[in-house]
Amino acid sequence: MKFGIVTFPGSNCDHDCYSVTRDVLGAEAEYLWYKERDLKGSDCIILPGGFSYGDYLRCGAIAKFAPIMTEVIAFAEKGGPVVGICNGFQILVESGLLPGALIKNKNVKFICKNVRLRVETATRFTSGYTAGQVITVPIAHGEGAYFADTETIEKLENEGCVVFRYCSVDGRVVDEANPNGSINNIAGIRNSAGNVLGMMPHPERCSEEVLGNADGAILFRSIMENIGPS
Amino acid sequence: MYRAKVVVTLKKSVMDPQGATIRSALESLGYSGVDNVRMGKFLEIDIAETTRDKAEKKLDDMCGRLLSNPVIENYTFEMEELK
Repeated sequence: MKFGIVTFPGSNCDHDCYSVTRDVLGAEAEYLWYKERDLKGSDCIILPGGFSYGDYLRCGAIAKFAPIMTEVIAFAEKGGPVVGICNGFQILVESGLLPGALIKNKNVKFICKNVRLRVETATRFTSGYTAGQVITVPIAHGEGAYFADTETIEKLENEGCVVFRYCSVDGRVVDEANPNGSINNIAGIRNSAGNVLGMMPHPERCSEEVLGNADGAILFRSIMENIGPS
Repeated sequence: MYRAKVVVTLKKSVMDPQGATIRSALESLGYSGVDNVRMGKFLEIDIAETTRDKAEKKLDDMCGRLLSNPVIENYTFEMEELK
């Protein structure tokens, strides 16, 4: 199968995603330039982390109008799998492919550290984990507090759309384990249809044992297994 | 030509840690009685249009699509004609 990794002006995790999917896991991978309108036959689109358009105005606000996004939105609306990581998650909420918004961290700081995540639900992106499993994945963001109105939060919770939550080492979802002030410790969500995933933590930064942690590789491997060869 | 002054504010339900930090900075400078600070954005935009109505419609569209995020923000604007 083939991953299409979008490069916006200011993306800086596109190479990490490329390296993990292609060199570590042996999938096909190709960069998709933001000005293009061709997904090049990709089976799964990754919107990587970084600072697209310098985070000007709001994170992801300008990237959602990039030419490639017209194609990504059409692909997602037809059921194509799309993963947004960090700035990619911010672009997904700005573009309306996922509900809610990502606002400034509660402590007003850029936070770069490993966090514990509880995997809440099995999706086509997370089938390699077990529900309730605690994994370690780094975060690196200044605007990562997940916000949505009460009605939207209820809908996400009722439909099992919360995929990852910040938790303690032993998997308890508590305030002390919430790094940024996200509602209900939300670190990642999927859409109702289940084909769009957005998450603030960076699985591509922890996908090789040589780097000390390969918890993230399971996510990419799950996608490869579920979407399969084409 | 019209000049618009757009103010974008966070909805009341959205936390504003920057506003809270500014409030505590004011307090530490000795300003008492500052109960609440909310931070927003100000944009000044010049629009070449022939009528105020057209300029306002265009600006309203800009505010909804790009300048504000309706999930977390509200916006207001004023407009003056530039001679």
